[in-house]
Amino acid sequence: MAHAQGQQHPISLYLKIWGLLFVLSTLSYLVDYFQFHGYLRWSLIITFMLLKAGLIVSIFMHMAWERLTMVYAILLPPLCLLVLVGLMATEADYVFLSRVISFGQ
Amino acid sequence: MASHPLAPGESSSSNPPDSPPEPGWQGIASDWASDREVFKQVPWGKAMMWIFLLSDTFIFTCFLTGYMSVRMTITTAWPNPSEVFALTIAGKEIPLILIAIMTFVLISSSGTMAMAVNFAYRRDRAKTAALMLATAALGVAFVGMQAFEWTKLIAEGVRPWGNPMGAAQFGASFFMITGFHGLHVSIGALYLSIVALKVMRGDYERSGNYQNVEIAGLYWHFVDLVWVFIFAFFYLW
Repeated sequence: MAHAQGQQHPISLYLKIWGLLFVLSTLSYLVDYFQFHGYLRWSLIITFMLLKAGLIVSIFMHMAWERLTMVYAILLPPLCLLVLVGLMATEADYVFLSRVISFGQ
Repeated sequence: MASHPLAPGESSSSNPPDSPPEPGWQGIASDWASDREVFKQVPWGKAMMWIFLLSDTFIFTCFLTGYMSVRMTITTAWPNPSEVFALTIAGKEIPLILIAIMTFVLISSSGTMAMAVNFAYRRDRAKTAALMLATAALGVAFVGMQAFEWTKLIAEGVRPWGNPMGAAQFGASFFMITGFHGLHVSIGALYLSIVALKVMRGDYERSGNYQNVEIAGLYWHFVDLVWVFIFAFFYLW
């Protein structure tokens, strides 16, 4: 069992992912540096963020090679959080109006 | 979890614990349905670390969702992070530069950690311990830069209940989110140093099991992962 334990991937794979993460971080920094605004800015930020998160989870945390049962047990529950985010976003208008009415500007 | 004795009746199963999983949903169904441990071939330490990280995901998402709620409902302008976190270097104001450097430091620490796990499974103790200590050092550098950032903002008058730049909730969100993340980095640096010490001492060589290095690595990569989201939503948005 001792020899079968753990996963062996070439070091070059990690170096490549490292480089990719550097590139993606630079790109997301440049979004701010060049002062993009509006939907272009938000979509770029989210794209780079999800790409980085995906690389870290799948390669660095070895999720790509885990048993499927494990993968789904960890990756599905956070979807509940999207419900929370959705609820809070829908309520935002109402809270904003309450603030204006109750606290003035 | 590697080898616990089989209970009576367990051995006659058509799908013994050590068998490779069936592909797709059928494998998932049989893993959950066989009335035995679910995470077959996944060491307990690793499964439990993943479940802890899952709970931590909920905590950080709750913070970020609270921040989102505040930011969507405020009646005054939110301070522009690009300006708040700018540094003047050689007479030129560069937006967000410290945060960019912190991001690169944390990503580099994730890179060294991934390689440490790799060397651990090759039983290269010296390289594993050196890379883990390098990871911890990068983590300490990150926390140091964060301390600098906090000091700068506090000197500029940012408090959890108000600040001179705009919406009062900025300080509370900032200190809560980055503070909790910084605490994770600090604990992680300590955790990695302890595991590196055990690697050097030969603890895992004796037990023949370097899984603990990978488990510590999972925690560290998670800290980096959380920073990816904080960087996107708090600093860039």
